[in-house]
Amino acid sequence: MPFITSDQVQPEYDVAIVGSGAGGGQMAYTLTQAGLKCVMLESGRSYNPDTETAMFQRPDQSPLMGISTPDKFFGFSDATVNGGWTVPGEPYTQASDKPEEQFWWWRARMMGGRTNHWGRISLRNGQYDFKPYSRDGLGFDWPLNYKDVEPYYTKVEMLIGVYGTNEGLENTPNSPKGVLLPAPKGRASELYTQKHGKKLGIPVIPIHRAVLTKALDADKIPAKLHPKNPRAQKILADAMRGRAACFWATPCVRGCNIRANYQSTTVHLPPALATGNLDILSDAHAREILIGKDGKANGVLYINKKTRKEERVKAKAVVIAASSGETVRILLNTKNAQHPNGLANSTGLVGKYIMDTVGASVSGHVPALENLPPHNEDGAGGSHFYAPWWLYKEQLKGKLNFARGYHIEMGGSRGMPGGRNPAPSDFIKGAYGTKFKEEARRYYGSFVGYACRGEMIPNEGSFAELDPKVKDDYGIPVLKWHWKWSEHELNMALHASKTFGALIEAMGGTVRSKQVKTGHDIIEPGGKIIHEVGGALMGADPKKSVCNSWNQTWDVKNLFLCDGTPFPSNADKNPTLTIMALAWRTGDYIVEQARKGNL
Amino acid sequence: MENSEQQNPRLSRRTVLKWFASAAAVMQVGALESLNYVASAAEAGRPAAKGYGQDPDVSQYYNPGDFWPLTFTKDEKETTAALADVILPADQYGPAASTVRVPDFMDEWVSAPYPVQVADRAIIIPGLKWLAEESQKRFKKSFASLNDTQKRAICDDICWPADAKAEFKKAAAFFVKFRDVAAGAYYGTPEGWKAVGYVGNEALMSFDGPPKEVLDRLGVTQTVK
Repeated sequence: MPFITSDQVQPEYDVAIVGSGAGGGQMAYTLTQAGLKCVMLESGRSYNPDTETAMFQRPDQSPLMGISTPDKFFGFSDATVNGGWTVPGEPYTQASDKPEEQFWWWRARMMGGRTNHWGRISLRNGQYDFKPYSRDGLGFDWPLNYKDVEPYYTKVEMLIGVYGTNEGLENTPNSPKGVLLPAPKGRASELYTQKHGKKLGIPVIPIHRAVLTKALDADKIPAKLHPKNPRAQKILADAMRGRAACFWATPCVRGCNIRANYQSTTVHLPPALATGNLDILSDAHAREILIGKDGKANGVLYINKKTRKEERVKAKAVVIAASSGETVRILLNTKNAQHPNGLANSTGLVGKYIMDTVGASVSGHVPALENLPPHNEDGAGGSHFYAPWWLYKEQLKGKLNFARGYHIEMGGSRGMPGGRNPAPSDFIKGAYGTKFKEEARRYYGSFVGYACRGEMIPNEGSFAELDPKVKDDYGIPVLKWHWKWSEHELNMALHASKTFGALIEAMGGTVRSKQVKTGHDIIEPGGKIIHEVGGALMGADPKKSVCNSWNQTWDVKNLFLCDGTPFPSNADKNPTLTIMALAWRTGDYIVEQARKGNL
Repeated sequence: MENSEQQNPRLSRRTVLKWFASAAAVMQVGALESLNYVASAAEAGRPAAKGYGQDPDVSQYYNPGDFWPLTFTKDEKETTAALADVILPADQYGPAASTVRVPDFMDEWVSAPYPVQVADRAIIIPGLKWLAEESQKRFKKSFASLNDTQKRAICDDICWPADAKAEFKKAAAFFVKFRDVAAGAYYGTPEGWKAVGYVGNEALMSFDGPPKEVLDRLGVTQTVK
């Protein structure tokens, strides 16, 4: 991919975009197709998925059989570059020593960010998810309805390619006919879960994921997405023809060099670059936003990581899509006489109400899955089935001791072996020799895991601020995290734990995880699910929010936040698809403002 | 990194490693008593190896020893090969562990600088030493030189901690740990895949889901048409 260096920066751009992931990638795509000249800053290194992806590497071809280490938390082949819970030279701090009050901050320092290794789960928020306060009096409503975002969900699904089905379940929106790609067939453990979930009233259905189960229709889709823009149609058609359908091998977390799944580096950035309207700077660590005398944003001050020099790009408008924490950090580090508390922070709300997803998981052993005839179930490199939240009515009647929902993600264990003993010691006791091999064959594939992915309600105790003392290696003040779970999240985690236990028992299995008494025993730490959103609240009232419904900051008219930062709530639906839909919507708005000369 | 640790006592790399180790411990099924051998002087003086860092070239194929030096002595490697072959012998399921490089992978494992592997090393290296000494004590030979009956005589005494006599408890904890690491390596090879019944990692034109035989056994039907 063509990149520029600091000395090749143009004197001025229409828009500067900080971040190259889901929000930044979509924004660059939308703006450049419309003819706007953009520059994109990425703090990490350039990354080429065509040559750098580990597609068929086996465990015995990888160090330590490819298992997780502190250097590569999701395994050696995972498409994470210079990222993890810690990034050398870029620390962050915690306000509390108590583990349950700490935040695990995942960062990836690479072109495309975490879109290279994410799970590709792409779920639409429903109408309830945009008006949670109106339903239960907690948290905040969005200044948006489902119908405002719906056309953009559809456009994003058509652009990136999402498989799944329309089941018409409550608050689980359908896509228009013909938009979704075919759902992959259920695997043994998924079908078995589906069958037994029914007894408990749990609807197990095909999940939506950003993977091409068949090639995109390059002859028809571009015209629907870019009517009246023949050049964009041609560029997109070419890009779509460069993406192959999934060949049902290699886990998506490794990235995909046949471009069958969505990552910013294979889907958003190539057609954006093909317009000739995008310059990309890698190793460009944004420090603060530049503000003109008129109080408007006019560029970005960044550190060139290779030379460690401060550099600037100039632009008529600025989009920050650096991820919740990093966007907050840039805003708070932009301090001047006009903005003594940081940029867009006249309300003092920047950094407040950050949310992650409630995570809790239970594993079990199911004898019915023992010794199944060997068969290939690699499938689409991730989940095929899930269960959306199913107890809305009970919740509304006040029958549950938590206010919001969770969906269930599930996994069996016929995946690629290596790095772990497939036969648990407590089952096989002292077996060795051929007896051991028989046991391994028997138990391999007989384990199931269920994970809660639930909605956290924003609270006063979960926020990020600048650490008054600590700076990173580039001299930039770092974030200090505060975290708190409310009873809602803790009770939800406990409910999930009991539900999964009942589900495993309904399948004739036994729970393998340790018994839990309280939500604290099972809830994953804040940040662990890597779904952090919030920190620049979107709202209808400029006195009570940071952004309006166009992701535009109230204080600075030409500054837009297009990652998860503006989210007023964090539905159980994974945030990425909504980040992209809102970025496209905001991109259209920026294009319109540019045409009117309002930038 | 050192610098930021001093600046920032609340979230050091060490803390994260500790989190990581506890997360890894949770993933392990069935906690077992660990061996609390005192590390030998040679162990204590071992130079710290470096890991592969956060940006290794993942597109390459690697062999044990490519990232950090292997550390098994000749005796340790021979004992490892012999014990791995007792646990994972050549049979109808597949070849013996030593023929698919399991001893090399185990050498890489115990030589690695990461917390999980460092903890495993503290069990495996002294365990191998114990096995060598026990073989000499019982049969006046190295473990690798014993016949199958002799090897099994020792293994039967140490193969499960709960059943082991008091004097064999520690050795039994070693045996279980060794079996885990050996199996982790064996089943990461194509031969191991075949032995365990994994089919995959090959490009397909279509994904048809489980075959009818599997659906019938589970009493389910394919619900995705």
